Amino acid sequence: MKRLWFCLLLTLWLPAQALQITDERGVQVRLAAPPQRIVSLLPSLTETVCALDACHRLVGVDRYSNHPAQVRTLPQVGGGLDPNIEAIVALKPDLVLMSMSSRAAERLEALGLKVAALDTKTHADVRRVLEKVGTLLGVNDAQRVWRTIDAGVSAAAQSLSAKARNTRVYFEVSRGPYAAGETSFIGETLTRLGVKNVVPASLGPFPKLNPEYVVRANPDVIMIGNRSMQAMVPYPGWQSIKAVREQRICVFPNDDAETIVRPGPRMAEAARLMARCLEEKTGEKPR
Amino acid sequence: MNAMAAYHRKALLLGLALLLASAALLLLGASVGSTGFESVLRMGQDAMAWQIVSEIRLPRTVGAWLAGALLGLAGAVAQGLFRNPLADPYLLGSASGATLGVATAMALFGVSPLATHWLVRIGFTGAAFVGAVVAVLLTLLLAKGVQHTLRLLLAGVIVGVVLGAFSSLTLLLNPDILQAMQSFMLGSTAFVGWSAAGVMAAALALCLLAGWLLSPVLDGLALGEATATSLGLRLPQMRAALIAVLALATGTAVAQTGLIAFVGLAAPHLVRSVVKTTHGRLILLSSLLGAVLLTAADLLARWLVAPQELPVGVLTAVLGGSYLLWLMHRATAHEGGGR
Repeated sequence: MKRLWFCLLLTLWLPAQALQITDERGVQVRLAAPPQRIVSLLPSLTETVCALDACHRLVGVDRYSNHPAQVRTLPQVGGGLDPNIEAIVALKPDLVLMSMSSRAAERLEALGLKVAALDTKTHADVRRVLEKVGTLLGVNDAQRVWRTIDAGVSAAAQSLSAKARNTRVYFEVSRGPYAAGETSFIGETLTRLGVKNVVPASLGPFPKLNPEYVVRANPDVIMIGNRSMQAMVPYPGWQSIKAVREQRICVFPNDDAETIVRPGPRMAEAARLMARCLEEKTGEKPR
Repeated sequence: MNAMAAYHRKALLLGLALLLASAALLLLGASVGSTGFESVLRMGQDAMAWQIVSEIRLPRTVGAWLAGALLGLAGAVAQGLFRNPLADPYLLGSASGATLGVATAMALFGVSPLATHWLVRIGFTGAAFVGAVVAVLLTLLLAKGVQHTLRLLLAGVIVGVVLGAFSSLTLLLNPDILQAMQSFMLGSTAFVGWSAAGVMAAALALCLLAGWLLSPVLDGLALGEATATSLGLRLPQMRAALIAVLALATGTAVAQTGLIAFVGLAAPHLVRSVVKTTHGRLILLSSLLGAVLLTAADLLARWLVAPQELPVGVLTAVLGGSYLLWLMHRATAHEGGGR
């Protein structure tokens, strides 16, 4: 009988104690019960919630959240930076997940909502945010989900042939040219795949390069994660780059580009997409 | 008459000095980039170094010079035509039109197959040029022609604001194009190859010729519209032609290098601070000065944080702005001393 009481008390006490994190603003977010009505204002956070198998608890998302497919049917409450406060309040959420760069957090908190501001910029962030959201949601298998993702990235790296691994890659995130450096999320994935990024960490995550830097670096493969028309309208003087001459350019279609560029739980899929590109472009001679 | 000759000599000297500066900057432009001077020193043996100098540095330096010249010319024409020292080449809405053109192109690219088909043909350059021209036409339509200066100015402002709002909306709905748009809105010569330089050279030749031929109108207008008409100038037609020159020069420059701030506004002022002259010479000198200003800014943009680049528009604003400020204070100091 005593033991039963103890168990009962424990079940009452444990969740109340555990549903608590410190978010990116340094604010303590504490929930009394696992949230059942969540609004997410950042695509990567939406994906994180779904990766934790809590997609059904989402009641609203921002207009850029488009994965997995089922979130597209949810009410959209504006963008992360310009959310529709009224629409969010009307959804009566018990937790709002959003980016730290949004100014809406204070407003929503003043209206009595629970807000957690979480941002992901690196692989380590993805893990941290996964664990924090897991804690808040009262989901216990965040660790297991992370291990699956991490193993997926490793598997993609191991699937690469020695030839594909031995390439030097230039990843263009935007026409400018803005490159993905070694310290960016994309750069980290490239490093995990074991390939060499021609943009070193010293240049920062997304440097705006002089186009001649890329000519000088002469990458083996060029990856393009945006609608820059790079393949059709190259920069002047780039015809001499090996990758351009031999058509070793991967232009990722919009959906794939989002998977690769977005720092979130789909990073294993991103690694697989990049690995496939590397394998295709370094395998048999194209054409 | 003697004073007139002295002014002419001064104008000639300024022109020569600017040409010399252009030549020096052109040489420097071939030597400065992500890898520094050794590309020039080794271009005899190293094919890649030669390619970097001949296919990237030279065209973008020449391109910066030409774009600066076009903007300087457009600035001189705009300030003369509107008799307003604050007039700049983007006055008739071409900047916001070009921005909207590029934003729409980027947003549609890869989404709609039909749009993609066309975009591959005209490129972002074409989209920007079309946007700029359509915006100017829209302004003319709203102002019901070219005759009413104030109405033109107002229509230009309205078109600028409205098209700017549409651009912002496009960016809001497609956040992934934000970075690329930013590089367009702050200007960059990274996309200028020899063909682009050729297009700008042709436009510049045409605009300089037309500007020179039409410059008596600007001189006449400086004395007031009634005087200009009484001098026997066919004002309506010549005004329309000047607007065409303005639109062509601005549209071409914006399409190739993006929105570069301040060159068009500052160049005529800088010329006037050195020499008082007729509009024919002012147009020529202003376009030379714009060219020198933009080439110098582009050099710094490439060099300061190499191998990264700064947006060139940021530098033109800082350089041109501070020089103009200095001129203003010098002028007021002189006045103060005279009193």
